[in-house]
Amino acid sequence: MEGLTLSDAEQKYYSDLFSYCDSESTKKVAAHGRVLELFRAAQLPSDVVHQIMELCGATRLGYFGRSQFYIALKLVAVAQSGFPLRVESINTVKDLPLPRFVASKNEQESRHAASYSSDSENQGSYSGVIPPPPGRGQVKKGSTSHDTVQPRTSADQQEPVSPVVSPQQSPPTSPHTWRKHSRHPSGGNSERPLAGPGPFWSPFGEAQSGSSAGDAVWSGHSPPPPQENWVSFADTPPTSTLLTMHPASVQDQTTVRTVASATTANEIRRQSSSYDDPWKITDEQRQYYVNQFKTIQPDLNGFIPGSAAKEFFTKSKLPILELSHIWELSDFDKDGALTLDEFCAAFHLVVARKNGYDLPEKLPESLMPKLIDLEDSADVGDQPGEVGYSGSPAEAPPSKSPSMPSLNQTWPELNQSSEDTAIVHPVPIRMTPSKIHMQEMELKRTGSDHTNPTSPLLVKTSDLSEENKINSSVKFASGNTVGQQQAGVVAQPPAVPPRPQPSQAAGPVVHRPVDADGLITHTSTSPQQIPEQPNFADFSQFEVFAASNVNEEQDDEAEKHPEVLPVEKASDPASSLRVAKTDSKIEEKTAASAPANVSKGTTPLAPPPKPVRRRLKSEDELRPEVDEHTQKTGVLAAVLASQPSIPRSVGKDKKAIQASIRRNKETNTVLARLNSELQQQLKDVLEERISLEVQLEQLRPFSHL
Amino acid sequence: MAVCVAVIAKENYPLYIRSVPTENELKFHYMVHTSLDVVDEKISAMGKALVDQRELYLGLLYPTEDYKVYGYVTNSKVKFVMVVDASNTALRDNEIRSMFRKLHNSYTDVMCNPFYDPGDRIQSSRAFDGMVTSMMIQVC
Repeated sequence: MEGLTLSDAEQKYYSDLFSYCDSESTKKVAAHGRVLELFRAAQLPSDVVHQIMELCGATRLGYFGRSQFYIALKLVAVAQSGFPLRVESINTVKDLPLPRFVASKNEQESRHAASYSSDSENQGSYSGVIPPPPGRGQVKKGSTSHDTVQPRTSADQQEPVSPVVSPQQSPPTSPHTWRKHSRHPSGGNSERPLAGPGPFWSPFGEAQSGSSAGDAVWSGHSPPPPQENWVSFADTPPTSTLLTMHPASVQDQTTVRTVASATTANEIRRQSSSYDDPWKITDEQRQYYVNQFKTIQPDLNGFIPGSAAKEFFTKSKLPILELSHIWELSDFDKDGALTLDEFCAAFHLVVARKNGYDLPEKLPESLMPKLIDLEDSADVGDQPGEVGYSGSPAEAPPSKSPSMPSLNQTWPELNQSSEDTAIVHPVPIRMTPSKIHMQEMELKRTGSDHTNPTSPLLVKTSDLSEENKINSSVKFASGNTVGQQQAGVVAQPPAVPPRPQPSQAAGPVVHRPVDADGLITHTSTSPQQIPEQPNFADFSQFEVFAASNVNEEQDDEAEKHPEVLPVEKASDPASSLRVAKTDSKIEEKTAASAPANVSKGTTPLAPPPKPVRRRLKSEDELRPEVDEHTQKTGVLAAVLASQPSIPRSVGKDKKAIQASIRRNKETNTVLARLNSELQQQLKDVLEERISLEVQLEQLRPFSHL
Repeated sequence: MAVCVAVIAKENYPLYIRSVPTENELKFHYMVHTSLDVVDEKISAMGKALVDQRELYLGLLYPTEDYKVYGYVTNSKVKFVMVVDASNTALRDNEIRSMFRKLHNSYTDVMCNPFYDPGDRIQSSRAFDGMVTSMMIQVC
């Protein structure tokens, strides 16, 4: 950049403008923001403006430093004077008038009176009619154009309003209107959001132009015109919302705000981070939208169905084509319904369109519905190439809506969470071997304590693990050691494992067995549960369980159980079988002890016989199913089938010993078979190894070469 | 890469038809029109079987010298017809299927728009247009 020599007046003027534009005092001004407004206010064709920006280096830098800004202003003056834009012309053109920015009058402006248009120019420049959209459309240039929509060409507005306004500051060029405005805003901040619902009325209430007092004017716009249902649409506009068509004569100043200028000024002022974001929804607007949402759908987390939304937005009198496009943009998850965020985005777009903004091709970032981690809503930014479509149906909680700035930051995490949101609850994985253990565990537990074992056991079912099995084995022991258990104590052992099949689990759970009847139910239901397991071994185990459900407490057998069970846990298939063995052992003991119990009288007389009968019955039921599985269950079935034949009159010890012997034999056979299989595998592997070694040997001579 | 994409309503009138803007586009329209007979034939052939069993993708409807016509029917009897260049041998069946799937998805998105009346021409959806454009042959 060439050196820039400024006259004193220019110097002062430029610095004022710079300080105005540099609202954040960062010594640099965003390229798209007030500066652009400023330049537009210079009444230069937009291509000239761009040329200026290029020349001064702002496009290269991305922002206006002080020097760039000054150069740009100088160029504006050059252009306004009709000189061709050249870098050299900055210094060569002498006696340039100060760049003219159409701005409303101000006592400070009057200092630069020569450069400023008079009040009269701005007086009543607005007739309160919406500038025809094409007029607005002209200045559209991508996203930045939104900032600077200047209805320059609008026939309705004679002059563009100076964008250099800031209610909070008092820059030299800030019009009084802004300051006045600052008194009005409801929220105390004078932000004029992007043409809030206010503009809607102006077309309908064109009589608004020419209101006298600022307050009156502001409030005058509040009451919606009575004409149409749109009134309800915009019945409670935040008073501070920008009224685009607000007649310039509001207040005694003359400055007329354009939507763009106000919007951009407001938004620039408001946000410390984003520069050009005319699509940002202000808090007031947001509140308004939320209220409107509530009128349709009281639940802020709910949806607005498409038909209701259609009715609502049709009231805005936009053409169906545009409404269709707005819907396309805002219905992010494409579900035909609007969540709160989607609704706000759609509303905002409608508002913008009403004010003459052209609809964007893609949903602006700030309008994207937020994704809520771990919640239903999973709408993500639509920007192609930025974030993939990861929509998931639900709505964003309104609680997040106020934090608009965080919208943009939620994307990365949203993407990850979107997959998670699909999973509502974990599905317990059914592991058949552990199911048996679970059953055992429950059996023992329910036998041991009369507390409600169902829920904790159910919980355990959902995360089966070795520890659970071990625990179950421990409990098994403890349950056994507890000793004299009522036969009816067995609560819901078969209920828990079928947790993956809740229907069945419910069945057994319902029958809280505290008495023999419950037991009977259990055993009858348990066979039904087990059969669905593909593991044939389960059937046999189930049979065992069915029997073991009857009577757990076998003090004399208790010792054996803990011994057997931990060993069983070693390998699943083997363990399951072992469990089966153990269970059948238990069964045997049960059968054996049934009469013993009766004789002892420790258990109610009624239960023991019933369980025994039930065991028989269950065995009978299961036997056909068991027979289907020939491999190992054949052995077990045979064993089980032989059980009823055991004479009950035999002494308990002898019976038990015989049963244990039989079980052990079965286990032996099974283990032997396993052993043989493993041996076979070992042989195969060894053969492979040998062959590989041979190959290696063959290759080795070559490697030596 | 399709040369012409058409969406036909249940009543056999076009909801959306777009061709590569070259030469005689009417020819494509005519081809699509004639393909409707073939589509109906294929639908009725499965006929007695449950509609569920009928696959949506119909496959090659009929080949001509220069072009091949593929068809796809939705469960609501909305037909998608696609004309591809016969010389484009690299185009596999799977690709055609995926193109139809994308078409179907975009079509359902259009349907979800409450401002779209079923039975209207699909002229409002820019997303749909964009998707179809991506499928069409890039003609310089």
